[in-house]
Amino acid sequence: MAEWQVRMVVNGQAVEQAVEPRLTLADLLRDRLGLTGTHLGCEHGVCGACTVLVDGAAVRSCLMFAVQADGREVTTVEGVAADDGTLSPVQAALRDCHGLQCGFCSPGFVMTITALLRDNPDPSDEEIREGLSGNLCRCTGYQGIIAAVRHAASALANGG
Amino acid sequence: MKPAPFDYHRPDSLDEAAALLAELGDGAKVLAGGQSLIPMLALRLACFDHLVDISRIDALRGVERRDGTLWVGATTTESAIGADPAVAAAVPLLARATPLIGHAQIRNRGTFGGSVAHADPAAEYPAVVLALDAELAACSAAGGQRVIPAAQFFTGLWSTALEPEELLVGARFPVWSGRCGFAIEEFARRSGDFAIAGAAVAVELDDGEDRVRRCAIALLGMGPTPVRAAGAEAAVTGRPLAELEPADVGATAVAGLADVPSDLHGPQSYRRRVGAVMTARAFAAATAEAAARPASAGAGNEAATSG
Ligand SMILES: Cc1cc2nc3c(=O)[nH]c(=O)nc-3n(C[C@H](O)[C@H](O)[C@H](O)COP(=O)(O)OP(=O)(O)OC[C@H]3O[C@@H](n4cnc5c(N)ncnc54)[C@H](O)[C@@H]3O)c2cc1C
Ligand code: FES
Ligand code: FES
Repeated sequence: MAEWQVRMVVNGQAVEQAVEPRLTLADLLRDRLGLTGTHLGCEHGVCGACTVLVDGAAVRSCLMFAVQADGREVTTVEGVAADDGTLSPVQAALRDCHGLQCGFCSPGFVMTITALLRDNPDPSDEEIREGLSGNLCRCTGYQGIIAAVRHAASALANGG
Repeated sequence: MKPAPFDYHRPDSLDEAAALLAELGDGAKVLAGGQSLIPMLALRLACFDHLVDISRIDALRGVERRDGTLWVGATTTESAIGADPAVAAAVPLLARATPLIGHAQIRNRGTFGGSVAHADPAAEYPAVVLALDAELAACSAAGGQRVIPAAQFFTGLWSTALEPEELLVGARFPVWSGRCGFAIEEFARRSGDFAIAGAAVAVELDDGEDRVRRCAIALLGMGPTPVRAAGAEAAVTGRPLAELEPADVGATAVAGLADVPSDLHGPQSYRRRVGAVMTARAFAAATAEAAARPASAGAGNEAATSG
């Protein structure tokens, strides 16, 4: 089956790869680019662990072929912190509010919350729950994650 | 890599896409947002030699007012529909159905045309298309363009009147004006899941006595396709609102259904009850919205919903 030459920008870096069309964006990120922060739980769209931003929109990277991201800008959890390693307000809030235990789901939550707060800087509790509903966590019981969203929202409102 | 190998095609124009589908025949499948197709490929429930990605064809994307109708292009994403004030103003039912579809990450990729062409019996957009008698525009290399009325589009479980080499181009929705109300209600075990049962309702009341001038009810999850509750629609049309009990409307809506599914979520009898309750709630909400609009509103419906 014919390979496709794809170009995209991943966390600010231009990337060019020859891919089989059936290679998912998640597998490109993890296996080709070594960006293993993007996790794969279910690989059919249910758990949200693989959430990344494509042209700013939170999407499931297991439900997108790498060829479909050709020409797009991709942000993964590796691209969220500052260059010196300082956590983003969303990452710091998850740490401070005990929004993670094993951490498997966390990269997906970080990306979902980052997009959520960009689009809606002051979400209501209901909007937070609705916004997080596409990400599963088997450990925390979600309360810490919800608290982290509120915390990050106020941190961002106070200038990050 | 979980899916079986396939060749990938990315046409830039509708003509090119139609030509590819004609040339590649049965082994080819359209890829739009991939939110239904890619899980099926990943689980190897389906496998195709060729995928034709239509997501970069500009002519298939976007929402626009055309005369008295609203045109929705096939590859318009669900989130774009949900965020578009023109949709909320002209076809409120479509806007209100959108947040019930999956999750934000699914809606960012999933498309209107993909949802309608996939034709899941519990999906929201097919029920809205059916309730409002939208016209579906299809196109193929051999047949050119044709229009399929919603009532003829959903032919069975996950099947539609589209030919294998045909593309869904978009849908034209009538814009209801006057004293109208719209509601969609559904019950799902978890937020974002496909619903166990639901109902989409549109009503228009007359000016004077709050009589139902017209009513459209489409049920989802209650058969192999979305279904119109024609009996319930007829039973309420022409009647004053004060005489109508939403619970009766719900009971009538599910009374004659032949193929109510039975599955892990519950037996037929349970689904019927859920369907009746969802219809009652949607009917109550839609009629309340319509009744709250001032009489002789004329085209005021749009002004009222866009604010
Ligand atoms: C976890 C999860 C939850 C979901 N929950 C819901 C839900 O609650 N309600 C709901 O309605 N949906 C739900 N979906 C499905 C989602 O709405 C899909 O986006 C939609 O059904 C398909 O749209 P798509 O653009 O992704 O199509 P694709 O997956 O690309 O295609 C779906 C099918 O339609 C065909 N097709 C697509 N576009 C066209 C076209 N223009 N012409 C002809 N054929 C075409 C394809 O060939 C394929 O057979 C869910 C999906 C997931 C993964
Ligand atoms: S791995 Fe993508 S949604 Fe679960
Ligand atoms: S922290 Fe373990 S799955 Fe969420």
